[in-house]
Amino acid sequence: MAIKQRKLELGVLVASLALVTSCKREDRPFQTSAPSAEAIQFTRMTDFRAGGPSISGNQPSPAMSADETPEEKEFEENAYMVGEGKRLFSAFNCVGCHAHGGGGMGPALIDDQWIYGHEPAQIFCTIIEGRPNGMPSFGGKIPSFQVWQLASYVRSLGGLVPGDAAPGRDDDMHGGPPENSAPNQKPNDSSLPKSAEMPK
Amino acid sequence: MKLFDGTLAARLFVGLGCALISLIAWSAEAPPFRNTEEAEDGQWLMPAKDYANTRFSGLKEITADNVKNLEVAWTFSSGVNRGQEAAPLVVGDTMYVVTPYPNILYALDLNKSGAVKWKYEPKPAAAAQGVACCDVVCRGAVYSNNRVFFNTLDGNVCAVNTKDGKEAWKTKIGDINIGETITMAPVVINGKVISGNSGGEFGVRGWIQALNVDDGKVAWKAYNTGPDSECLIDENFKPFYPQDKGKDLGVTTWPPDKWKIGGGNVWGWISYDPELKLLYHGTGNPGVWNADLRPGDNKWTCGIFARDPDTGHARWYYQWSPHDLFDHDGVNESILVDLEIDGKPRQVLLHPERNGYLYVMDRKTGEVLSATPFIRITASKGVDLKSGQLIPNEEKEPHTGKVIRDVTPISPGAKDWQPSAFSPRTKLMYFPNQTMSMDYEGTEASYIVGTPFVGVNEKMYADPVDPGDGSRGAFTAWDPVAKKRVWRIKESFPVWSGAMVTAGDVVFYGTMEGWFKAINAKTAEELWKFKTGSGIIGQPVTYKGPDGKQYVAILSGVGGWAGAVVAGGLDPNDGTAALGFANAMKDLPNVTTKGGTLYVFKLRDGGEKK
Ligand code: HEC
Repeated sequence: MAIKQRKLELGVLVASLALVTSCKREDRPFQTSAPSAEAIQFTRMTDFRAGGPSISGNQPSPAMSADETPEEKEFEENAYMVGEGKRLFSAFNCVGCHAHGGGGMGPALIDDQWIYGHEPAQIFCTIIEGRPNGMPSFGGKIPSFQVWQLASYVRSLGGLVPGDAAPGRDDDMHGGPPENSAPNQKPNDSSLPKSAEMPK
Repeated sequence: MKLFDGTLAARLFVGLGCALISLIAWSAEAPPFRNTEEAEDGQWLMPAKDYANTRFSGLKEITADNVKNLEVAWTFSSGVNRGQEAAPLVVGDTMYVVTPYPNILYALDLNKSGAVKWKYEPKPAAAAQGVACCDVVCRGAVYSNNRVFFNTLDGNVCAVNTKDGKEAWKTKIGDINIGETITMAPVVINGKVISGNSGGEFGVRGWIQALNVDDGKVAWKAYNTGPDSECLIDENFKPFYPQDKGKDLGVTTWPPDKWKIGGGNVWGWISYDPELKLLYHGTGNPGVWNADLRPGDNKWTCGIFARDPDTGHARWYYQWSPHDLFDHDGVNESILVDLEIDGKPRQVLLHPERNGYLYVMDRKTGEVLSATPFIRITASKGVDLKSGQLIPNEEKEPHTGKVIRDVTPISPGAKDWQPSAFSPRTKLMYFPNQTMSMDYEGTEASYIVGTPFVGVNEKMYADPVDPGDGSRGAFTAWDPVAKKRVWRIKESFPVWSGAMVTAGDVVFYGTMEGWFKAINAKTAEELWKFKTGSGIIGQPVTYKGPDGKQYVAILSGVGGWAGAVVAGGLDPNDGTAALGFANAMKDLPNVTTKGGTLYVFKLRDGGEKK
């Protein structure tokens, strides 16, 4: 009990400190609508779909609401959003292919190499559409609100979100330094996809 | 005009004779059961050399004395810079090389220093790259009856005519959309080409199946989880130990329905005893690594099946690691030899298992004769020879949310896929292996079709105790009768290449730095080494060229699970990258880069360099 109390106090302290530096960090916009998936033209780039072929056609991900389109970056200046993205990164098995950002079956996400672009909207599209060399399409599987949270977390891995919004510690075994000390990479968007390394 | 011109007849005769001689020299259409010096035909028809999986060549022009005079004869770039795990094949005057994804098959002319005769491109689906757990490797092709057979990463079996490189047939047996790939080399037994699936990291249900060599039609398919009928288990199934007897154990040793996503894949080596009419194959790890999520023995994962190659029906089974805790796939090679054990001649199989024990088993009955640790083991306390059971070490039992430290063998095992060799001359086994330890933690895992089903965080490192000097791999010579190590060569990195031994008493292997080495099979003395362009994870072979000389060949090109850091361009700042292997391989990018080149060596003409 006592420990919990301490934690809460600490939390409030950190929160108020953070408020001074960044107002958006501690917002918990539960009702906020996400930039909608409908707003983004969506065509699958691969037949390979997370969750199997039962998710039909090129339906957009279920969006929370399509009326408003808030600033994409609002997501990543908000610690709650990025933190949620981190949880989802495990829950949707991104970890299985990308590890904690160092990569495996999928490419590293903590480095400065971006095949399909590092902007939030580009990452959003990567997750929804899938990519030809083995990135499954999650369109129709993850609500677009959560895709934005994932995109912001992916960017935090490369040090591309404000340090005070990036997650700071881990409950689980982690392979490297925490996301909020990830060096801000100079993103390089022209990296070659795997297929380009093959003879033609 | 005379009908029979003397000189013409003579010419004809000579010509026929030549044809006959070359026919005799290269007539072997099937590899021998177990190769010997007498049976040696100078070819290399399957990655394991023979059905017994000895990787022993009877050629002896190259010896421990003269191997120092090896030099490069020619090289060939495969054009694919990913992990090269395949063994080149040699049939007559042609070599066949299959690349990692996109799985191009090249025919190279040995009369013309490896000039390309033809190439065959199966064009596998690009998405397959995302579901290949451990780099986009291919472990080789196999030759039979004027065709070369191999598997593509996206789950096709291809049959290619050697004459012109034209596709004879292609059959899709795997589905990448559920995470299924094929990385193993097939074998051909009695007119059937036999392959299994990979996908143990995606909750893919494991199987092995046989296709008719003529038309590619499926002859039989056996699953390794689920009801007996689908595992091809019937009244002729006679396992040695009581724990493997009973109805539908592939269902009852799992929580409800979990066997459907339960792994038990077949991606390693198959051996075959034509006298007993049994093939032997291991089964991979159970689906979802986190063992908390699948209480039970999880049959028939992490074990070995003996099956009838004509029907696929199971004859016996033994489980190396019941309820596997650490991803200890049981798919390593089993070498079939006859040895005198405790004064009695026995038909045995030798199996260096991922769980760290070298098993000597009666290959007729499935009885374990001995199981001896070949590295330091903390994950278990031994094998009870009476019950056949692995004795678990409770202290190292991982659970969700709990980090267990210093677990050895690591997930890739004391030894992974990298195949060993056995010399009938020295009666020793030669195997490449790992000397590493790991921290291991179970996490929650949800099954989403086509995504990994693992539920583990893991970090590997050099074994701090044995050898304890920071080395992570070794090349080991082992006496299976005396049950002891004869010698061991330590290597900085895991030795991820295969082994090959010759009647010249030379054993070959490669290192991840790129050194290709020749070792005295008796004394462990390093006789020769050559630095290739990239790290070596391939399988050495040796053959007699059209000029009658002995050649040695190896593919160089780092990758595989151990080398994914380089081949996949991963970032080792995250130690959990490459399912935790990256942590131990942070320095690999400093010593090697990607590659994909075949190197062929022969003795220097005129012997010693002046
Ligand atoms: C089945 C394995 C797999 C899973 C699961 C997976 N990825 Fe990927 N991912 C890949 C592969 C392979 C690529 C590279 C695709 C290419 O080159 O065409 C990739 C590419 C990406 C990229 C583009 C990187 C760049 O350099 O442009 C991002 C971002 C990404 N994945 C994020 C995610 C997220 C977020 C998830 C979970 C929702 C996820 N991935 C799940 C395999 C996977």
